[in-house]
Amino acid sequence: MHIDLRTVSIKPLRQTFDHVARRIGGDKPASRYQEGTFDLQATANFHYRPTWDPQHEIFDPSRSAIRMADWYAFKDPRQFYYGAYALARAKQQDTAEGNFDFVEGRGLADELPAALRDTVLKLLVPLRHVAWGSNMNNAAICAYGYGTAFTQPCVYQAMDQLGIAQYLTRIGLLLGDVDVLDEAKAAWMDDGAWQGLRRYVEDSFVLKDPFELYVAQNVVLDGLLYPLVYETVIDGVLSARGGTAVAMLTRFMTDWFGETRKWVDATVKTAAAESADNKALLEKWIARWRDRAAGALLPVARIALQEGADAVLAEVVQQFNARLAKAGVAL
Amino acid sequence: MDMQVAKKKLGLKEKYQVMTRGLDWEPSYQKKEDIYPYASYEGIKIHDWDKWEDPFRLTMDAYWKYQAEKERKLYAIIDAYAQNNGHLNVTDARYINTVKLFLTGVSPLEYMAHRGFAHAGRAFPGAGPRVACLMQSLDEIRHAQTQIHALSNFNKHYNGLHDFRHMHDRVWYLSVPKSFFDDAVTAGPFEFMVAIGFSFEYVLTNLLFVPFVSGAAYNGDMGTMTFGFSAQSDEARHMTLGLEVIKFILEQDPDNLPIVQRWIDKWTWRGYRVLTLVAMMMDYMLPKRTMSWKEAWEVYFEENGGALFKDLARYGITMPRCAETIALEKDHLSHQAWGTFYNYGAAAAFHTWVPEKEEMDWLAAKYPQSFDKYYRPRLEFWREQAAKGNRFYNKTLPMLCQTCQIPMLFTEPGDPTKICYREVDYQGSKYHFCSDHCKEIFEHEPEKYVQSWLPVHQIYQGSCFPEGTDPSAEGFDPLAAVLQYYHLEFGRDNLDFEGSEDQKNFDLWRGQATKNG
Repeated sequence: MHIDLRTVSIKPLRQTFDHVARRIGGDKPASRYQEGTFDLQATANFHYRPTWDPQHEIFDPSRSAIRMADWYAFKDPRQFYYGAYALARAKQQDTAEGNFDFVEGRGLADELPAALRDTVLKLLVPLRHVAWGSNMNNAAICAYGYGTAFTQPCVYQAMDQLGIAQYLTRIGLLLGDVDVLDEAKAAWMDDGAWQGLRRYVEDSFVLKDPFELYVAQNVVLDGLLYPLVYETVIDGVLSARGGTAVAMLTRFMTDWFGETRKWVDATVKTAAAESADNKALLEKWIARWRDRAAGALLPVARIALQEGADAVLAEVVQQFNARLAKAGVAL
Repeated sequence: MDMQVAKKKLGLKEKYQVMTRGLDWEPSYQKKEDIYPYASYEGIKIHDWDKWEDPFRLTMDAYWKYQAEKERKLYAIIDAYAQNNGHLNVTDARYINTVKLFLTGVSPLEYMAHRGFAHAGRAFPGAGPRVACLMQSLDEIRHAQTQIHALSNFNKHYNGLHDFRHMHDRVWYLSVPKSFFDDAVTAGPFEFMVAIGFSFEYVLTNLLFVPFVSGAAYNGDMGTMTFGFSAQSDEARHMTLGLEVIKFILEQDPDNLPIVQRWIDKWTWRGYRVLTLVAMMMDYMLPKRTMSWKEAWEVYFEENGGALFKDLARYGITMPRCAETIALEKDHLSHQAWGTFYNYGAAAAFHTWVPEKEEMDWLAAKYPQSFDKYYRPRLEFWREQAAKGNRFYNKTLPMLCQTCQIPMLFTEPGDPTKICYREVDYQGSKYHFCSDHCKEIFEHEPEKYVQSWLPVHQIYQGSCFPEGTDPSAEGFDPLAAVLQYYHLEFGRDNLDFEGSEDQKNFDLWRGQATKNG
């Protein structure tokens, strides 16, 4: 049955802001993502050059070698503005909290086979530093990138990675105690297994091109690390060895990667489709960083997979190549 | 039986530390100065970043949970307010002009703060401040967006808001807030934190953000009021960060004191000059006033700020010298500003008007030293002229201050009958200033302030006409061309409130909503 609730009806003068209307093809109702994203960043009449980077304007597309006729060609398929973002993460953290409670409340951490717990700690806890590196890198992309459509999701990504680093810290504290964090940091600093990855992360810190940084961090490193560690090792291999409890504790990461990769794919696809030059540059960057990342991740994979690591990583790289091919980048 | 070794317990402070700065490490594959290239050129000396005291301890899981709860409530109210035509409940349609000033002048700054804190949140070599700055960066995009979303419904029904982003980068008076933030963002990360984190967020926020939100609450604008209240707990975090930054820098090295003092002096004045717009909003644009500008300055700066600077005296910080000038201006600021906008009402994206008689009486009561003597006669003259059909619009472009970019409308400290002019010769050119303080700011960094994109200069240079304009064509109307460049619709966005489309529509719609037709 239809109930006809009546409100006083007034014909508005316009449906949305002019700058939004110009982008959505006329004056029609716009979404909150559109009103909260389009043209928010200043593009004209900057007053002063940054004293920290006098070669550029405050916001300057020439900080990147990627060229876009319109940086608002980038669209976040998740349509995240702050409110939508916060709601999505609150839901995930609620699930994560439930999972931590479940594991803790039933003492499942203590029931993990000792060897498996040792492997998990050795593999996962140093990764908090990798997530922290991503927090820094996405802050940089957000600060020095061009156009809100491209930079806005990066502040979300930066804070997500801080959250992931904090979940990994909690896993360390749950399965071990505070010494575990020190041991993992020592491994991150000095253990041969981690040095390739640490070098990769530190080298990414000095990249000046925000889009290359995006490639090194969000496309390549996360694109190999998450399928390898969370989807394959934790959810597959270790779960089969009695580590399902661990998979519960890393569910946030698995879900998060499944969601964020859609945005990463859309970003790569849009940039590559813009021009042959962009495409060639992306191919070069992605291939170069992929080979470095794969090399750095192999000894990390061995922590859990031993001699099986090579084959698993090869498979992950193959899937990565297939994923990028769909986004228009042939590797 | 399994012997469980008791786990080491972490206190709240330690726990937050392992969740934040514990994630950081000393790099060895790249040099620290290459990873943090902007950390030293300002001359601030930091010896031990670990001495940073986290001003709040909020892990991301708690942040998401808490913020999402606020967002749910806020958007429910925004939706209800729009659905119920809440805009018709404001005191009268003149109020809506404060919303225009806010969206075109302030919301774009929230966005700039978002990007600026992302920069600071990457640039500091200390992990503690980086996390705090990034959380603020995230909050600031929230503020920009919640403001746009809350005010979107006003844009659907009223003029002057329809191209706020475009206007912010172009319209003459909006270069005042724009250049303020451009100035802060182009400074080094430490100065940015003193400028925005401390001077703006801590010292002046009660004079910027709060008057708009309180004004909304007093004038029936629940949408604006709600985003203001929803931002309150974020602002509290930002204020504690601003204070911690100052204390931390000053505790690190005695050589930092003169640098920080100069920044505080500069940014208190820069911020205060931006507040000129707020002062006139409070005294002239709110149909139902919350308090006068003068009262607000006395409570929030002279009393609260006075206590703050007393507290900072142990670090050697003194009250900014400009406070004396500001005290001399407080009886005049809002009146001089509104008079200027009344003059230039053809080139502004909001409406202007002469206050009603009882509003003038209110102003006289709040400003017994100045209003009746200097400002009432002028307003009454303008009203008489308007009644005779001589509503006056000034078409001559004013001279702007090179630093704050406000037209040279301010009077000499202590003499409200004489316009204050200062000038400096620099590299063969003459630069003009509204005050000693703006002049001093220029003199300290002339290479920065000669770059200012001054709207009036730019108009005279021909940079502010739509593409393809031929200024040498017969009958060329420069003002019309400039307004086109601004995307300001003549006759709808500008001119007097009396007779405006806003006024007519509001009356018509309110009639529809409250009476049987």
